[in-house]
Amino acid sequence: MILQLITSFIAAATFCILFNAPVRALVQCGFAGMVGWMLYLQLDAKWDTIVATFAATVVVGVISQLFARSFKMPVIIFSIGGIIPLVPGGLAYDAMRKFVENDNNLAIQFAVQALLLSGAIATGLVFSEVLGQMFRRKNGRST
Amino acid sequence: MDSTSSNSNTSTHDIIDLCLLAGKIMLQSGAETYRVEDTMSRMAASLGFPGAHSYVTPTVIMFTTSRTEPVKLFRIAERTTDLQKVSEVNDISRRLSERQITANEARERLGVVDDAAHAYPAWVQIAAAALTGACFTVMFKGSLWDALPALFVSGLGFAAATYLHRLVQIRFFAEFTASFLIGLLAFFSVRLGVGQEMDKIIIGSVMPLVPGLLITNAVRDLMAGHLVSGLSKGADAFLTAFAIGTGIGLVLSFF
Repeated sequence: MILQLITSFIAAATFCILFNAPVRALVQCGFAGMVGWMLYLQLDAKWDTIVATFAATVVVGVISQLFARSFKMPVIIFSIGGIIPLVPGGLAYDAMRKFVENDNNLAIQFAVQALLLSGAIATGLVFSEVLGQMFRRKNGRST
Repeated sequence: MDSTSSNSNTSTHDIIDLCLLAGKIMLQSGAETYRVEDTMSRMAASLGFPGAHSYVTPTVIMFTTSRTEPVKLFRIAERTTDLQKVSEVNDISRRLSERQITANEARERLGVVDDAAHAYPAWVQIAAAALTGACFTVMFKGSLWDALPALFVSGLGFAAATYLHRLVQIRFFAEFTASFLIGLLAFFSVRLGVGQEMDKIIIGSVMPLVPGLLITNAVRDLMAGHLVSGLSKGADAFLTAFAIGTGIGLVLSFF
């Protein structure tokens, strides 16, 4: 469990280096990724993967908005770090590999799952944005 | 057009160019389509063109300010993810809207942002990719013994992808070769007894290359109603996943 905490923190932070996030945002990126991944792991054990991904993304989105407000940087910097562990890159790769190995049934299963998961992540991000907007009507511009 | 009187020192063409430059930087740095359109029309509105229209796809920006001006077009060839640039252009456009800086200052600052290189040197990026690969191997329930080879395999794979991409301008080829290399290295590390599960090493090591974010952005664009952008980003992501899958599949077919 602690191993998962540490690795998800490092993975999210280092991924943000690849995406050229500012140095002073890296710790927050790692934190968002860690929270998202831990929540996902906990929920995934009980509920459907899609529900777990959605819930984790909403929380990551809200955290990113809070970070964005207090550190005066756009939400996207933190939310990308947060969703990186949740994004179904591994599944997309799995699907492609099954296609290449001529196992089409399994491949299509994986591909549909990857698509649904990215749909859940996208919905979660939009949902958290809506939540954020509802809490701050006055300030107008959403960064 | 009395609405332009506040910016009488800059001509309409300059303003269009300014908005296009901002849009170009954002799109090249991997911002979402709606953010690019939003930023461009906000900048135009604050410079006296409230009715500006833009049409943004991953490969082209079209922008017009009024019925009398011709539409200007900008072609985007290369796209990466660069959060720093997205954030800086965002900042410049916000300051411009709040009239903290003038159009000329905004142009100067955008020029600086456009020319800026990646903030991290190449070796830091490769080290970051290596760490990412190792951590993802553990997160996908691989053992710590698999994380060690994954550290080297993913670092080498990312380095190969970067340098090959600089060498040949075809992204598919660079990704294909890099993932082929990853597959080979993972196979040999298992064969030599350094790692245990080849699958876990591979899946962790390809994570810096896989287009997970692109897929999510594609779905997000689709939901926002940007159908053309969404579909073309999806196709882009599919091609990348295909390149990686083929590279790994080729290795698996050998052994």
